[in-house]
Amino acid sequence: MNFWNDPLKVAADWLMGVFAGWGMNETAANLLVAFLGVLLLITILMVIDIFLVWIERKVVSRFQDRIGPNRVGPFGLIQPFADIVKLMIKEDTTPNGADKVVYNLAPILSMMSVLILWAVVPLAPVMLGVDLNAGILFIIAAGSIGTLSIIMGGWSSNNKFSVIGAFRQVAVMVSFEIPMLATLLIPTIFAGSMGMNAIIQSQNIWYVFLSPLAALIFMIAAIAELGRAPFDLAEGESELVSGYNIEYSGMKFGMFYAGELLHAFTFGGFWSIFFFGGYRFFGLEQISPAFGILIILFKAMIGYWVIMWVKYTMMRIRIDQMLSFNWKFLTPVAFVLVMVTALMNALLSSASSWLYIAGMILSNIIVAWVALEIVRSTAKQERKKVEGVKVVAEAHH
Amino acid sequence: MIPLSWYLMLAAGLFSIGLFGALARRNAVAILLGVELMLNAVNINLVAFWRYGDVAVMAGQVFAIIVFAVAAAEVAVGLALVISVYRRRNTVVAEDLNMMKW
Amino acid sequence: MTGEQIFFLIVGAVTLLSALMVVTSRDLVHAALWLVATLFGVAIVYAFLNAGFLAVVQVVVYIGAIAILFIFAVMLTRRQAADTGAAMNANWWVGALVAVVSFLGLASMLSKWSGFSKMATAMPSGFDAVGQLGGALTSADGYVLPFEVASVLLLAALVGAVYLAFNKK
Repeated sequence: MNFWNDPLKVAADWLMGVFAGWGMNETAANLLVAFLGVLLLITILMVIDIFLVWIERKVVSRFQDRIGPNRVGPFGLIQPFADIVKLMIKEDTTPNGADKVVYNLAPILSMMSVLILWAVVPLAPVMLGVDLNAGILFIIAAGSIGTLSIIMGGWSSNNKFSVIGAFRQVAVMVSFEIPMLATLLIPTIFAGSMGMNAIIQSQNIWYVFLSPLAALIFMIAAIAELGRAPFDLAEGESELVSGYNIEYSGMKFGMFYAGELLHAFTFGGFWSIFFFGGYRFFGLEQISPAFGILIILFKAMIGYWVIMWVKYTMMRIRIDQMLSFNWKFLTPVAFVLVMVTALMNALLSSASSWLYIAGMILSNIIVAWVALEIVRSTAKQERKKVEGVKVVAEAHH
Repeated sequence: MIPLSWYLMLAAGLFSIGLFGALARRNAVAILLGVELMLNAVNINLVAFWRYGDVAVMAGQVFAIIVFAVAAAEVAVGLALVISVYRRRNTVVAEDLNMMKW
Repeated sequence: MTGEQIFFLIVGAVTLLSALMVVTSRDLVHAALWLVATLFGVAIVYAFLNAGFLAVVQVVVYIGAIAILFIFAVMLTRRQAADTGAAMNANWWVGALVAVVSFLGLASMLSKWSGFSKMATAMPSGFDAVGQLGGALTSADGYVLPFEVASVLLLAALVGAVYLAFNKK
């Protein structure tokens, strides 16, 4: 066990030795080491978060045929720091009639709900906070804290736009949680575990090849959970000004904003963990945990890029369209897919791996095709109804 | 190590507080909040008895899961009733809903 | 007193205190938020009892669904931003009396029980609680019937809630 193979363990052992030398007892030293580990992880995440601002602004400007921030520092790299300074020195306002405690608690909870997600993210085979055997449920639990922070922020601001925004966002989050959880059951079926590390370890074939439809539905649900376009009607600048965070200024708004960016990046990471093999890449992660971290950050960045790509390409849809899209299309498809996958998994458990993959892909294609056919025929009927009405209206003239 | 008695006392306290809430509050939503506290107290007991009895017998955890489901169902129907009553009577105060009182 | 015991006492005190705030705060949104704190405390108690899965489910179901539903219901059922009228009904002291009596009765009854201050045996090493729970919920000689009945109940509640809350024009 040397530094190259398991740097965290070596560092922790060394620190334990140092603390023991200071005459600390073992429990306290363990707690302190764990605390330092958490502090290190959060610091690294916040540093990544700062550069996510730069990445997001650069990517959006390329999508919109602009150059983006390029004045402060090389390639505008110092721009996010300038942004932070601006947010810091802005006046920290609290609206009249606001519920002060709840108002101040909401941004903290929002940031926390994102940070605790990283407790279960395996960065490398030997580097993860806790290998929880209910890791997938933990993600959903953390998401529900995020929902809570939004409703707290929206309600305590004492502003009707923020309450409407919070209502919309929460309605979206609680309804899109269902297809997300359903599609997360599919990697669970393949891996036979809800633990993140077990799911990654069992991906000799990326699960996206076994169940591309699940990967797609997860991505759609994740974008809705993040409240990004085309599902950003909680912010809906043209109708709600800015949604639940309308009254926040300065660093409190900054926390919502940074939390949102890190959340998107984190869901890119989850996408890669569940469907693209996480830190695994042709055995490269076996050489050193450092490669594992680089691989998973790279894959998370690609997932984040896909989220941005969708955001800056699509336009916003209405809340009723969005909820009926979820309840009438996405949720039934996700449930059917889970059932079909479980059935195929049981049927093909003893088959050769090629037959297994072929069966899985085939069942995915059939489910997707049937779902689209049903939607097409209902849409045709709806269109016919509308066109019929039009004909009648014209006859009157 | 924590003795079983601490969990039982915590659950008894939570149950009594919930009971007080269910009996004393005027708002129907607040009464439901009290009922939730009581259900949680029951769940603590169930899980505590699972842990301090034979761990291999999962009855305690299974019933805790079923209490979760029942609580979710109760809240969904209860709050739907509250909203429905509010639409018709424009109040959610339990003692104002006395149409059936003779 | 060990560190574990001190931590448990703090968690228990916070849980009970926030439960008290649930039943006494006038503002119902605050009551619902205090309920969230109580539910968090209960989740930590589950973690103390080596039931990590239940702790996570508690957060998902109670905080993610039930508490949010409560907050929604509170916001949908009031005319003004401020609540008017007394929080308690006229017979609140009877309720308090019943609660205190029931607590004392429970406490005295439990303290006479022989297994009251039992200590937990160590968890068997390699014990897969989640696997065991899954097996118990789905095996025919386990609890598959209550499990199915619970799912039917949830479906009935879903249909009932939609029917009740549906705004008939």
